[in-house]
Amino acid sequence: MNAPLRRAGVVTLVLFGLLFANLNWVQAYKADDYRTNDFNRRVVVAQYERPRGVIEAGGTGLAQNKVTGDALKYLRVYPKKEAYAPVLGYRPVSLGATGIENSENDFLSGESDKLFADRVKDMFTGNNTGGGNIVLSLSTKAQETAYKELLNNERGVEKGAAVAIDPRTGAIQAMASIPSYDPNPLVSHDEKAAAAAYNKLLKDSDQPLLNRATQETLPPGSTMKVIVSAAALSDGYKTDTEIPAGSQYKESGAVIRNAEDEVCPGSQVTLKEALTESCNTGFAKLGVTLGRDKVVAMAKAFGFEDDSLTVGNLEGSGLPVAASHTGAIANPDGSVDKGALAQSSIGQRDVRMTAIQGALMAATVANGGKQMRPYLVQQELSPDRRTIYTANPKTARTPISESVASDLKDMMVSVVENGTGTKAKIKGYTVGGKTGTAQNAVGADPHGWFIGFAFNDKGEAVSAVCVMLENVSGGHASAEAARISGLIMKAAVGGGGD
Amino acid sequence: MKTQRNAELGLLAFAMVLVAAYGATVEANRIGEITPTFWVPAALLSVLFLGLHVVVRFTAPYADPVLIPAVALINGLGVGFLRRLDIGDALSEKLPVPGIFAGIGGRQLAWTLGSLILAAILLLLVRDHKVISRYAYTLGLVGIVLVMIPAVLPSSLSEVNGAKLWIRLGGFSIQPGEFAKLALVSFFAYYLVRKREVLSLASKRFLGIDFPRGRDLGPVVTVWLLSLLVLVFEKDLGTALLYFGLFVVTLYVATERASWLIIGLLLFFGGVYLAYLLGASVGGPFANFYDRAQVWLDPFALSNYERLGGSYQLVQSLLSLGTGGLFGSGPGAGSPRFVPEVQTDFIFAGMGEEIGLFGLSALLVVYLLIVERGMRAALNVRDSFGKLVAGGLAFTLGLQVFVILGGITGLIPLTGQTTPFLSAGGSSLMANWLLIAMLLRISNAARGPAASGAGSDRPGPGPKKAPTQLHGAMTEVIQP
Repeated sequence: MNAPLRRAGVVTLVLFGLLFANLNWVQAYKADDYRTNDFNRRVVVAQYERPRGVIEAGGTGLAQNKVTGDALKYLRVYPKKEAYAPVLGYRPVSLGATGIENSENDFLSGESDKLFADRVKDMFTGNNTGGGNIVLSLSTKAQETAYKELLNNERGVEKGAAVAIDPRTGAIQAMASIPSYDPNPLVSHDEKAAAAAYNKLLKDSDQPLLNRATQETLPPGSTMKVIVSAAALSDGYKTDTEIPAGSQYKESGAVIRNAEDEVCPGSQVTLKEALTESCNTGFAKLGVTLGRDKVVAMAKAFGFEDDSLTVGNLEGSGLPVAASHTGAIANPDGSVDKGALAQSSIGQRDVRMTAIQGALMAATVANGGKQMRPYLVQQELSPDRRTIYTANPKTARTPISESVASDLKDMMVSVVENGTGTKAKIKGYTVGGKTGTAQNAVGADPHGWFIGFAFNDKGEAVSAVCVMLENVSGGHASAEAARISGLIMKAAVGGGGD
Repeated sequence: MKTQRNAELGLLAFAMVLVAAYGATVEANRIGEITPTFWVPAALLSVLFLGLHVVVRFTAPYADPVLIPAVALINGLGVGFLRRLDIGDALSEKLPVPGIFAGIGGRQLAWTLGSLILAAILLLLVRDHKVISRYAYTLGLVGIVLVMIPAVLPSSLSEVNGAKLWIRLGGFSIQPGEFAKLALVSFFAYYLVRKREVLSLASKRFLGIDFPRGRDLGPVVTVWLLSLLVLVFEKDLGTALLYFGLFVVTLYVATERASWLIIGLLLFFGGVYLAYLLGASVGGPFANFYDRAQVWLDPFALSNYERLGGSYQLVQSLLSLGTGGLFGSGPGAGSPRFVPEVQTDFIFAGMGEEIGLFGLSALLVVYLLIVERGMRAALNVRDSFGKLVAGGLAFTLGLQVFVILGGITGLIPLTGQTTPFLSAGGSSLMANWLLIAMLLRISNAARGPAASGAGSDRPGPGPKKAPTQLHGAMTEVIQP
């Protein structure tokens, strides 16, 4: 019987060998996976061992901590609730984080390599100092004005977004979206309650969790004329070049009319007048004359079709921005669809734009043709508030020359001074801009847009803005957008609320 | 041959030093300081094991000197880890550090005392392991009854975590299967010693392998059916595998016929696969097994993870092990309470976070040492019954370690086995210490002078006597 006993011994040896091999797989090969796995509660508890960094803007705490008595030692608190939610996002116990809370998570949690020295210090002192702090570029006044004005707009619009940028640096001054949500229930340590709150928001058909400023693309309407104007000016047109217009323009089955009969009924109109009055026929014809390639190239130069842009840290990640599109403007055989080109030139058809893209266009014109990369993170501060990082503005692209920008600026100022955008005027500032009213679905109210900028009396471009309101009832959809734009820029440059 | 009792004493002292060091590290990591009483549990355990050592000195002087220290080390670390859980629980409730006899650690200490007394009684009463063969049929019956009780009892009295392996009366629960394996091994050994001629000689040759005659397959099929019943009604693959594996291996050892292994493995895995397919299509009593197989195949799938009775336990076990990594966080520095059932089925995973791959590998080696020492006793003992009992017990122990550790590390589907000597709980500890007492007894006969344990043949000059016969164990003659 000894031979089979020996073999049984060998079998046990093999079984233990399998156990050992599998332990190596679990504890060595897969160890990092498992250590950081979402199901691993240790990760969560460890994250709450030290206070998370504060997110602030203009000296106001926007995301702070409250000491709790439970296993998760700190509760995240967002005192401003809805107003900042699209920017800050939230950092829940077990759900995924969003916004700046997500993109700056390493720094806020203290795990970032930039805070290595602080962690080493902790090891010697035995303290658990907090994570790093984030200072946002937001102007609290502009942000709160933007949110409040969107929410309390005079047309009862329920969905919309606003973005304000400092044209000289790309610093985001305001970024608001309605409807918004209160992030506080989502970060509750009662995970069931948090999940319930999240699911409720998720099921809401108005999509309150959507950051409409960066994530929603809509037909831009006449704000597209800024791009066509830029293409024309770059092509040798002057502000007083006469372009063909008229009350109606038929092209390959597409019929272009003006918003009202009194807009550019004559056969010729100057480029400046065309923009001031928002002449649809003029710009449709201009777009067709320039050709698809020039229009599309200019849109691209302004940032259309860019799906890699993030707004957050200039040297890191941030809030993702959906790409704006011009659409194909092509027949099935690939040739230029002139009817589509005519419609696209006035921001209809398949053209889609985000609010932040609109603000970037206005900012580019205001900044002499240089588009600064937008950012939200102004500074990163260590737990003891040493500055670790300060945003160093970057030129992202230069779609137009300084002279083209200067002409375009004059044209856009004319829009606010004499044309469709008068509601955006701010006392003491030179304001320029372009309105947009975008038809969308048949029978639905149009979207109202305004993109614009403000110069102070020293001639400095101090703010650029884009306001987008979805399905505005009662006509002149863009007028309300222009009014709100003016208020946001006024707040951003330090003027009073309203 | 030397008795090597002093070697045993030395190894035991070393094991207890390790246990004391473990306790000290736990206190340092958990409480932040090493209390002046850190050594007390280790000292108490030392006294208990020393008691068994003394009993062995007098009743089984030639017993294998490695067995007691190796088991004592695992048993001691188990007590240490359970006490570590008590300390952790108390501190998280902001209560003072519990006393040595409090909590599950204290209870395990008491169970250890009880187990060692039982082991000592076995060594004192059974001076010759062959005596056991007299009660073989009784033991066989007892074994089968013990296996069947939880299956027959209503779930409210027998089910813990989806496995019907228990008898629960009030606050008290025992796992009869733990004792059943001892009884069954004894019965199988006796049965097979009697039947080995028939089973090994009468055969038909097919494909170059000798297959047994159809009529001799009876007992194998019976045990196979029994273990499949266990699988289906006690909802436990591990226990089924344990019983069947133990039977097939003793059968193989008795007959030296590889064909039994092939038949056994085919039957078992065929049965398991059938149960899996039935679970997928028919459901009913097979559904639980199918669910467990699903959980095993993809524990991290959300559908498995969030389902009640799904992969939550396994996932947390894997995460605990993975968090431990190579070196572990150190005794007392982990978070074992994230692992469900960490004091029983998942104790290995809980310890794995703190002692890491290196610590667990060392534990595996100690287990392997115990099993292989048992195998050695089987090899060296002179009588067939002793060989089968020792071989069967050692293999069962090894298989149980494989089944539970394989289960919690995702190697095989998870089952509700205890980790021998480590898990909290009296049944498991008592049964396994009895198993060790049996191995001690048999190894004493194996290593001692030819007749030291038997009492029948005296050593010395004279004509060679016939090999020791078992009580009533006539070898059956082959019927044509």
